[in-house]
Amino acid sequence: MSTAAATAGERTGRAKPSTMAQALGRALRDSMAEDPTVHVLGEDVGTLGGVFRVTDGLAKEFGDERCTDTPLAEAGILGAAVGMAMYGLRPVVEMQFDAFAYPAFEQLVSHVAKMRNRTGGAMPLPITVRVPYGGGIGGVEHHSDSSEAYYMATPGLHVVMPATVDDAYGLLRESIASDDPVVFLEPKRLYWSKADWSPDAPAPVEPIGRAVVRRPGRSATLITYGPSLPVCLEAAEAATAEGWDLEVIDLRSLVPFDDETVAASVRRTGRAVVVHESSGFGGPGGEIAARVTERCFHHLEAPVLRVAGFDIPYPPPMQERHHLPGVDRVLDAVARLQWEAES
Amino acid sequence: MTVQELPGAAAYRPTPPPAWKPLTDPAPLLPDPEPFRVLGTDAAAEADPELLLRLYAELVRGRRYNAQATALTKQGRLAVYPSSTGQEACEIAAALVLEDRDWLFPSYRDTLAAVARGLDPVEALTLLRGDRHTGYDPREHRIAPLCTPLATQLPHAVGLAHAARLKGDDVVALAMVGDGGTSEGDFHEALNFAAVWRAPVVFLVQNNGFAISVPLAKQTAAPSLAHKAVGYGMPGRLVDGNDAAAVHQVLSEAVARARRGEGPTLVEAVTYRMDAHTNADDATRYRGDSEVETWRAHDPIRLLERELTGRGLLDEGGMRTVREEAERMAEGLREQMNADPVLDPMDLFSHVYEEQTGQLREQAARLQVELDAEHGPHDRDGAEEGR
Repeated sequence: MSTAAATAGERTGRAKPSTMAQALGRALRDSMAEDPTVHVLGEDVGTLGGVFRVTDGLAKEFGDERCTDTPLAEAGILGAAVGMAMYGLRPVVEMQFDAFAYPAFEQLVSHVAKMRNRTGGAMPLPITVRVPYGGGIGGVEHHSDSSEAYYMATPGLHVVMPATVDDAYGLLRESIASDDPVVFLEPKRLYWSKADWSPDAPAPVEPIGRAVVRRPGRSATLITYGPSLPVCLEAAEAATAEGWDLEVIDLRSLVPFDDETVAASVRRTGRAVVVHESSGFGGPGGEIAARVTERCFHHLEAPVLRVAGFDIPYPPPMQERHHLPGVDRVLDAVARLQWEAES
Repeated sequence: MTVQELPGAAAYRPTPPPAWKPLTDPAPLLPDPEPFRVLGTDAAAEADPELLLRLYAELVRGRRYNAQATALTKQGRLAVYPSSTGQEACEIAAALVLEDRDWLFPSYRDTLAAVARGLDPVEALTLLRGDRHTGYDPREHRIAPLCTPLATQLPHAVGLAHAARLKGDDVVALAMVGDGGTSEGDFHEALNFAAVWRAPVVFLVQNNGFAISVPLAKQTAAPSLAHKAVGYGMPGRLVDGNDAAAVHQVLSEAVARARRGEGPTLVEAVTYRMDAHTNADDATRYRGDSEVETWRAHDPIRLLERELTGRGLLDEGGMRTVREEAERMAEGLREQMNADPVLDPMDLFSHVYEEQTGQLREQAARLQVELDAEHGPHDRDGAEEGR
């Protein structure tokens, strides 16, 4: 870590830089310490501390009845969590990798998402499903899926994606405290991103469902979340050379969706690009573009564009850089926003 | 390249792994080859007469309930009804072996178990009537919502029982599933979790011969469904599912075992579905009359009646009293089911999330405009008063 950042840390009263993985672990720890009904369960979350070490130390501190290594069975893990929540516990489930969560899909869709509704509000399920998700870490197949479109298409679930270290802590705390089920998508390739964040002074974060303007700008809006936020911020910096002053919105959750923040921004800028790494066809970008168009049509100077992963199964690691939307692809879309010049 | 061609292959000698020793002797876990029976044996003489009479009354009431509910489907008052006629012994025993603090996890066919546990007969039918998904508060009755996806309620039972034990509560969960459900992945995962966690759960498989139309022989190659328990490290028990006293005894033992902290049990009750899968199904396409008649001779109510009358515990007058009581129950059910439920369409948006999202608020407003246009703006107030 650079001296400059360390100095910045001291200046803001934040002790030392932390990674997103550490902030997530701290959020779990603090939630468990505050609320004895919070239980962590999943594969390898105990002795090993999780394959990404997010749950490191929890079993030691709280015992393996509260941080439990389960049999290797995702439907069983989530199904058991349903029963635990029915009896008043607050389970936090770890799905080891995005594509490993699919066996639990039925439990998620048929029970976790619907229990409040099925029982007329009598039995909400406060379950948090943590999913290390997305690509960019050189994983082999089934280790890099972006599954948010499946989850956001399921009423009853909140779908939350942190992109910063502050949000990793704050949003996970909020998710665990929520009486509704939350699918908490942790961008794997940001696990080791650092910020001058300290558990001693966690900054308050906006609640789930509020988008945040990460970079104000006037000439177009980049709408993004999770792993694509750093890409968009970098693109916005690079675009200044071309005279573009880009606003960058971090959605932070797809459900609930913050129409107000997004629409207000696009009405100001008149142009929008949605950026995410999951496939474009049937992906979140289509929904977002439609919502923006419905609300901002008369303010738009150009069609809402999407920059997304290709409509292919997640590619092998040596090819993934061609699939993942990078700065150049975002800049290319921004250039295409010169709609009136083309027509 | 063959193995022989591998460099250094000649020098390679595999090291044998340490000798495998199973942790448990499987013999005590194995079910008996024949289903356990009480009625018609010497064991029946030991059975508590009061219990037998209670089982009898509940069985008769249950059968009447099934008949009434099926009739209501024909009158269009009930969207669908999966009858448990022929399986009443399993349904009733499942309800009666539990203490108030225990939990029942029924499948969609187990309305009778829920009613025998004390659930209002009409509330138990809300799912099948189609006015609400679950018409009762599961916590109030300790009955999980009737579950339509197969076997998915089993891991819930495990999780709940596990949580109760973690909290130090003396609670047992009894989860019900059919023979078809044992082929589902959730069945396997639930049994495995329960055994590893030694969760206080009892799994009751009602083997009624068919999963809609598919017979057991096409469902499993296991010697019995109870045998599946051994692989998980829990005892499997095989019981005559039409012998109410036997099912009650086996389940009582399993519940007691779970309560003592000795872990889960898998009970297979061999029974028969006398009616079709639901009122919408034609059972003559997949089974013959003679098979049904064979099982009719082994009817759970007749078995119990024979036992009770043979031992002088029940006479014609007693039977009439029980039948009359069942008839009154059916009458009440019919009457209540003939009243149109008052529903508030705005409830569609009330229980999706704790707090409505902006999107749901917008959609609720749109529906309200449609409702006002359809019925006039006063209808909403009327609906609220009727709730």
